[in-house]
Amino acid sequence: MSSASTSSDRKVKGLLGTKLGMTQLWDANNRVVPVTVVQAGPCVVTQVRTPDVNGYGAVQLGFGAVKAKQVTKPAAGHFEKAGVTPRKHLVEIRTTDATEFTLGQELTAEVFAADEVIDVTGVSKGKGTAGVMKRHGFHGLRASHGVHRKHRSPGSIGGCATPGRVFKGMRMAGRMGVERVTVQNLTVHAVDAERGLILIKGAIPGVKGGLVVLRSAAKKGDPA
Amino acid sequence: MNPTDLVDRSSLRDDVPDFAAGDTLKVHVRVVEGTRERVQIFQGAVVRRQGSGIRETFSVRKISFGVGVERTFPVHSPVIQKIEVVTRGDVRRAKLYYLRERSGKAAKIKEKRTVR
Repeated sequence: MSSASTSSDRKVKGLLGTKLGMTQLWDANNRVVPVTVVQAGPCVVTQVRTPDVNGYGAVQLGFGAVKAKQVTKPAAGHFEKAGVTPRKHLVEIRTTDATEFTLGQELTAEVFAADEVIDVTGVSKGKGTAGVMKRHGFHGLRASHGVHRKHRSPGSIGGCATPGRVFKGMRMAGRMGVERVTVQNLTVHAVDAERGLILIKGAIPGVKGGLVVLRSAAKKGDPA
Repeated sequence: MNPTDLVDRSSLRDDVPDFAAGDTLKVHVRVVEGTRERVQIFQGAVVRRQGSGIRETFSVRKISFGVGVERTFPVHSPVIQKIEVVTRGDVRRAKLYYLRERSGKAAKIKEKRTVR
């Protein structure tokens, strides 16, 4: 089924937006639903990639206002080719129906409908320097039985003379967060087309005001 | 103003009476039994009111068959049909958790005397 399909051989709907924050609503059964509000779109199609020319099908979307003097000449030329004003962010969405899009076409929050399942990609909040328990979910050492001032330490990180070094990629303490994170299979609770808002059930990565990419869920088959 | 306030506005109720900790309320609660829906009244003293906006909640305490029962409701919950204020209480605390250790006459809340 969908497990065999990769991002290159299915129809994907995509949109860029800004995370506004979280709140709650009541559904039809009077149950509280936690929702994240995303200011989605308007996005414009800045480039269409086709299998004949580029070897794969994708749509490049532009989003967000940018000052004219911040646009470099090569970027300005790229936007002029599409016939649109320059945008701050450009993201490519791989999809098989790329040819159905036209340059300069505008996409709004109505791309997605309520109850649709989507994946949301963003850059996670920075956590600073974090220990192994917070950063990697280690269990630490025991609370008692002679453990002395090392309750949150990682324990051993390897052997002695063999191998005589610490293996590459050993999980240790360090800078945590500010990395690209995708949360899969979130449900769209409602779409407010008038204000361009999409309400997503549950939490999504990133700070308020951060850029997020909404895509049709990779593991839920083709969207209807 | 938070950017999410616009979303909340449609869920907020405008028929919530003015009440605070110490007041005795009759909370008319919608109860769904299978396909039928009826209204149940939960009467008791408000022991706390906390939060703000859509997340604001209050707790009502009553003694049911000799057992203390506390129930917490979101102020703007659609489960509540209406809230009736029975009496105003005269209390010196915002959170009346001390009622949990008291029973009988000691747990009585004085009624507020309104100045004419």
